[in-house]
Amino acid sequence: MHLTDIREKLAARPDLTRQLAQVKEQVATCIQCGTCSSSCPNAGFMDMTPRRMWRAVLMDRVDMVFSSQTFMLCASCYVCTLRCPRGLPLTGAMAELKQVAFGLDLDRFRRSTLFYKAFMDNIRQYGRVRETELMARYFLAVKDPRVPMSYTGMGIKLMAKHKLHPHLPSRGPGRLAPLFDRAKQQER
Amino acid sequence: MDYLYYPGCSLEGTAKEYDISCRALFEALGDRLTEIPDWTCCGATAAQCVDPFLSVVLPARNLALAEKTDTGLDVLVPCSACYLNLKKARQDLWENNALRAQVNQVLAEDGLAVNASVRVRHLLDVLTRDGAVDRVAQLSENRMKGLVIAPYYGCQCLRPYVEFDDPEQPRSMDALIRATGADVLAWDMGAVCCGASTATTKPQVGKELVGRILDQAKTAHAVVTVCPMCQMNLERFQSRSVPVVYLPQFLGLALGESPESMGCGMNLSDIRPVLSRVAP
Repeated sequence: MHLTDIREKLAARPDLTRQLAQVKEQVATCIQCGTCSSSCPNAGFMDMTPRRMWRAVLMDRVDMVFSSQTFMLCASCYVCTLRCPRGLPLTGAMAELKQVAFGLDLDRFRRSTLFYKAFMDNIRQYGRVRETELMARYFLAVKDPRVPMSYTGMGIKLMAKHKLHPHLPSRGPGRLAPLFDRAKQQER
Repeated sequence: MDYLYYPGCSLEGTAKEYDISCRALFEALGDRLTEIPDWTCCGATAAQCVDPFLSVVLPARNLALAEKTDTGLDVLVPCSACYLNLKKARQDLWENNALRAQVNQVLAEDGLAVNASVRVRHLLDVLTRDGAVDRVAQLSENRMKGLVIAPYYGCQCLRPYVEFDDPEQPRSMDALIRATGADVLAWDMGAVCCGASTATTKPQVGKELVGRILDQAKTAHAVVTVCPMCQMNLERFQSRSVPVVYLPQFLGLALGESPESMGCGMNLSDIRPVLSRVAP
């Protein structure tokens, strides 16, 4: 991803630009001590440590931030938040970076975007998550047979324990649609 | 004591045995759980990743339903992720009047209103602080003697809200486990993350993190958990067979309840080493 692409996309979305500015403000007093990086259980899987990520945010290096997978690997374990000597809300800031990334609809996060979209649609439709249909919808959306294949073993185990519950998808406006729509209006 | 009960979506699906064993355990202990009528999803991990406002509205709807019961009872939540979402919404709504007003305009659509007065508590908080330890000790007759149990807490019942235990070196499960006659494994993986939902979309992460946790549990007969996501990951990414049971399943068995009544046929891991201890 080129610098200009992300900057252009951000420029077209003042709401996301504002949100990113908020993240920057949240981590403004970071002293780069690296406690977050050494506390993070997923740091070993990240292309950039959390400490570097915060530095990139502070230096407005959006190209670095959004070409990294680091914030997507945050499992919300809250250890960095607990240990940060500056008391910064780091886990919350990671979640906000996810929101901005999803809002920008970047190709590199396509799978996660589709997963969370399927999740929210599921809640809107039924009120409660129907796990089996959620996964089915996600697989349909990804359009890559390797993804459902990789869950086959898990699916067989769950089926053996009668934990897969295929419902017939219901149509209609959706159980929580009025709430979702009202919330959307409210946000504007 | 009586509690309002918020099971959450997982407990209707992949964590059915957590729901079954929670209800059965509280019945055996003489407590009453009243399920919050018409509850809906708390927003899970998804809402906070895509829509910050909905991530308050969705849990707020359930808080409003709890308040509507007009019982003044605490809300008991067995799922750590649901617990954190409900608790966070409760705190944010309590502290932020403008947010509460905004959320209430949305909830009016459902004929509901929230004032964030209800207390949200994790299952482990309730079990360790409302006198269950003594009752378990009385009723269990040391049935689990000889077993070594590894208590696994995970993250979100401990952090970021520090309510009932040390967030890095938790100990609250120790007394409950000892009350059954079992010993507690001395280990330091009880509060180390299993990968949570990142393991769903990135299995290599779950495999590595769970591997590290279960390696340290080698000398234990079983691992006990208090979260459906932890349970799923610890059962799914096993390189060698380790029995993993929900805490209420373990406590129920210790009280002499039948494996069936604790949903013990539904675990994905092989839990026979625990069951053989209580078989007649």
